[in-house]
Amino acid sequence: MKIALFATCIVDAMYPRTARATVTILERLGHEVIFPAGQACCGQMHVNSGYFKEALPVVANHVAAFDTDDYDVAVAPSGSCVASVKHQHELVARRCGDAALEARAAVVGAKTYELSQLLTDVLGVTNAAEQLGSYFPHKVTYHPSCHGMRLLKLGDRQLNLLSSVAGIEMVELPEAEQCCGFGGTFSMKNADVSSAMNADKAANICGTGAELCSGGDASCLLHIGGGLSRQGSHVGTLHFAEILACTLDRPATVLGEVQLAGGKR
Amino acid sequence: MSNTFLGMPSLPVFGSGNLNATEPFPKAARRELANTQLRANLGHATATIRDKRLKVVAELPDWEDMRDSGSAIKDATMANLPALLEQFEANFTVRGGVIHWARDAQEANEIVTALIQATGESEVVKVKSMATQEIGLNEYLQEQGIAAYETDLAELIVQLDHDKPSHILVPAIHKNRSQIREIFLREMVDVDPGLSDDPARLAEAARKHLRKKFLSAKVAVSGANFGLAETGTLTVVESEGNGRMCLTLPETLITVMGIEKLLPSFTDLEVFMQLLPRSSTGERMNPYTSLWTGVTPGDGPQNVHLVMLDNGRTAALADKMGRTALNCIRCSACMNVCPVYERTGGHAYGSTYPGPIGAILSPLMTGITSEENNSLPYASSLCGACYDACPVKINIPEVLVHLRGEDVDSTRGKVKVPTQMDLMMKGAQWAFSSGSHLNLLEKGLPLGKLVAGRNKVIKKLPGIAAGWTQSRDIPAPPSQSFRQWWAKEHKPGSAVGPGTTTEGEQA
Ligand code: SF4
Repeated sequence: MKIALFATCIVDAMYPRTARATVTILERLGHEVIFPAGQACCGQMHVNSGYFKEALPVVANHVAAFDTDDYDVAVAPSGSCVASVKHQHELVARRCGDAALEARAAVVGAKTYELSQLLTDVLGVTNAAEQLGSYFPHKVTYHPSCHGMRLLKLGDRQLNLLSSVAGIEMVELPEAEQCCGFGGTFSMKNADVSSAMNADKAANICGTGAELCSGGDASCLLHIGGGLSRQGSHVGTLHFAEILACTLDRPATVLGEVQLAGGKR
Repeated sequence: MSNTFLGMPSLPVFGSGNLNATEPFPKAARRELANTQLRANLGHATATIRDKRLKVVAELPDWEDMRDSGSAIKDATMANLPALLEQFEANFTVRGGVIHWARDAQEANEIVTALIQATGESEVVKVKSMATQEIGLNEYLQEQGIAAYETDLAELIVQLDHDKPSHILVPAIHKNRSQIREIFLREMVDVDPGLSDDPARLAEAARKHLRKKFLSAKVAVSGANFGLAETGTLTVVESEGNGRMCLTLPETLITVMGIEKLLPSFTDLEVFMQLLPRSSTGERMNPYTSLWTGVTPGDGPQNVHLVMLDNGRTAALADKMGRTALNCIRCSACMNVCPVYERTGGHAYGSTYPGPIGAILSPLMTGITSEENNSLPYASSLCGACYDACPVKINIPEVLVHLRGEDVDSTRGKVKVPTQMDLMMKGAQWAFSSGSHLNLLEKGLPLGKLVAGRNKVIKKLPGIAAGWTQSRDIPAPPSQSFRQWWAKEHKPGSAVGPGTTTEGEQA
């Protein structure tokens, strides 16, 4: 299958390793990955902040980059960005009165998957250890991000994939379904409430005794990780794609702020 | 009232009364967040109701179908509201009731006052009602020399404490029982000085306190949960029985109801009598449901009045996207699951309607440009928990985003100096509307390393981003973006993996 990777702006700029892990997984399964060079961002920050007019060129750019027959499906390692592509792009086009863009956005949206959705529903991955050789001998807890959980209805897909990794010890996160408080510009406009939400999330994570917290949205992980780091916690955050990409031969060693035992390769 | 009347009736007519926030939400939220007792009380109470609700909702295999039905009935009601209102009026009148139409809070208050004054009474008992909270009826009556006694236990607690409700269903949710005991000891005449904080003892004290009022009151004021157009019937759903006392004992009954509370037919009630109790109190059924249709000679109130309140509802109805907010049956499920409400409480929202529904309803009813209400649509992380919980499936996050758009558009081009947010959005528009623009920016990523401290994190950012770094670090960015790496190194089929660290990614 030919798969177009939508890296998303945060992953592209801040967490390139998540996108690389995504490529690794898909290629390991024997698929061809392409990277449409014109892509930039899904525009959800603009839309969620009410800047529909400013969102229009961002949406148009995404649709132009992905509205081709060059690939079978598109994938992004981010529930909220996929939710934006699937649910917001048509809305923005409609609100700005661009019917042609609205129709093209619908086509792109229908072809776009969140990574765990693609792996589970389309590529039939049910056991990461067997099918991907995933090996990750660490104690991990998992935060299901709101948009994946509620807008995309991802259910336990990410969690099931993580649980099927060899060597991993998954520990349950209390109040897992509570929002971490990121919410894009909410974290700046309502910084106090956002901080209070994040503090509770961090306390719950630390209480599990896990070495790190995994999830499927770089932005939530950036938020949670930023709170943990400020509190001096040694618990890090790591995207589930990066855990799936780890094998016995290629363990995660030192990845950004995440410090794991195992030394450098 | 935020709109000046210029002599010509103009649409939409916005609402007035207790719908406006008096300060921006972030500021009010900061103050409430500092109240640790409030946070503890709220966290405990909302978690308890949340769990109860989840349990009883899970019992029903057709819960989702029922939500769809509830939503569809309400959508149909809103689409046909003028005709249904006329039908209701005809049926209510023919059975001996009197209808009054109130355009805004002031008109409604004047009508109720005149009705009470006509009876010669100076005391009324009240059934818990959001509509009368919204118009500030108790305060208005007080100014006219009429004392209004709340009879719902939680509402009574708030009234005795000279406080404001902070939740639409559990107005005293922000108080714990020892605080309630203190209020009773301080404010209730002839209360037992040895009163304990056992909930049963507290309820008993309230019951004794109210009994005299029930038996002597000649006039009652109520709200209504539903109005049935087909028969002209009004409905009050409650759990203490105080409502039924007020609805049956006095001679005069005055009900204030928002015009959106209609249901087309009697059988529609079946759906809502299942949706409402499970969503609000986590009960399978509420203990008391009272229905009354006009006047029954010799039984119950002989003077039955209904004030039909607009107060911004037609303005909300005129917003095609926002009008679903009028489907709300005031169950409060959305506030019980809202992580923002759970931490700030209801007072931070300023309006009678707090929480997620308040964040859309207040601006819809008063206009997005009204006073501080424009900060309300931003009082959400858009986590979507409210939409999942709402028994009539109001897509609150979608309406929040829509209202943010209205807010941004309403100031577009009007202010001379763009806000920091405007500038940020403009900049991001440039960066995010082309792959090459973003690539160019990403060439600057290594600079982030310089900003970061020795432990590879950024601890302080300027401007609006400072809100982020007040409690959160930002990791130093990598030296190379994904797209740069891809352009340089990726060949299809070549093994890449997380172990392959590049310069700049190593700690
Ligand atoms: S918006 Fe929905 S959940 Fe919230 S109070 Fe209204 S009916 Fe209940």
